[in-house]
Amino acid sequence: MTQPNPKTARSLAEALQKACSDLVSEIVEFRGECSLTILDKSKVHEVCQVARDTLHFDMLTDVSSVDHYGDDPRFEVVYELYGMEHHAYLRLKVRVEEESCELPSVTSLWRTADWHEREIYDMMGIRFSGHPDLRRILMWEGYPYFPLRKDFPLEGKPTDLPETAFTDRAPLEGGPFVTTAGKQNVSQREPRAKAFEPED
Amino acid sequence: MTSSQTEVGYNTKIEGDVIVTKVDAVLNWFRKNSLWPMPMGLACCAIELMAAGSSRFDIARFGAEVMRFSPRQSDLMIVAGTVTYKMALAVRRIYDQMAEPKWVIAMGACASTGGMYRSYAVLQGVDRIIPVNVYVAGCPPRPEALLDALMKLQNNVVSKQPLFQGGILNNHKRPQPDAMAGQRVS
Repeated sequence: MTQPNPKTARSLAEALQKACSDLVSEIVEFRGECSLTILDKSKVHEVCQVARDTLHFDMLTDVSSVDHYGDDPRFEVVYELYGMEHHAYLRLKVRVEEESCELPSVTSLWRTADWHEREIYDMMGIRFSGHPDLRRILMWEGYPYFPLRKDFPLEGKPTDLPETAFTDRAPLEGGPFVTTAGKQNVSQREPRAKAFEPED
Repeated sequence: MTSSQTEVGYNTKIEGDVIVTKVDAVLNWFRKNSLWPMPMGLACCAIELMAAGSSRFDIARFGAEVMRFSPRQSDLMIVAGTVTYKMALAVRRIYDQMAEPKWVIAMGACASTGGMYRSYAVLQGVDRIIPVNVYVAGCPPRPEALLDALMKLQNNVVSKQPLFQGGILNNHKRPQPDAMAGQRVS
């Protein structure tokens, strides 16, 4: 397999920036990977269309979402693009506010976005307009929460949907993997181990 | 005087061709040596369950080789793997469809307690929805551990009435931890 060429990635990112100069931010390059932020979330489809049709990013390898809890806009959706011809990657980011939690779907450009967007809807609660079948994909229909949001407790919340499924709180016992949203740094948010308490 | 704990006894010199026993003892002896498992394979423990069923470990030595994928033909549910909340009521439903008498082995940490998944998505032990007879530790347990659990269950089947009489919990959220104490396989 041909290795992706950082120079190719850079020049393609520059080409995309030139083609959509008023829609995307400056290029952020880190270890040979180029990221662009789409400034207006309603233009996601347009920018992706240019990336696919004129820059030959014909494969969408992943769509993911990030919850920047406490920031505004709160959410961020990340598209990872790849071109089978030029073997280059490109990362597109877009911020989404909590109040209008909706993005244009890119399923019409890449069919694979279908399940990725369903997963984001299921876990993070971001809706995608124009999606052909926006249902939950991991949790069941009728589950009332979005469990990957930072303000959702790790142990879960009790629910009961008769004949379908129920959930309950998991006993964490103050153990590891507990995270508290809103603290300054990671070691404050995630005290991985309990403080040692001698028994007597 | 015989009790329900008596196994089939037979002494040729005294009794000739006649065996005297209790119907319960005979039935339990039959059941003990012909447990038909319902392989509820939900995660990696199912791989060890398959190993227990194949030639090297050979669960057939204990008469439990007839894995039935229909609950109506099986009497031992081996819950092998992580029970998610999405799967939980399906497990319960399959258990309900099994004919009495029936037994359950919770194989591995996940089926016993939720294991490492202290999570919104994972049932914290299958004993919250169905009564469990034997718990097997391990992540996943080796096939020998499952065979040990099977032997312990066989002793249970032959020596007394089934632990829970196949009891059906009316409320799926009601755990019965006390009744299951002392049945853990280490």
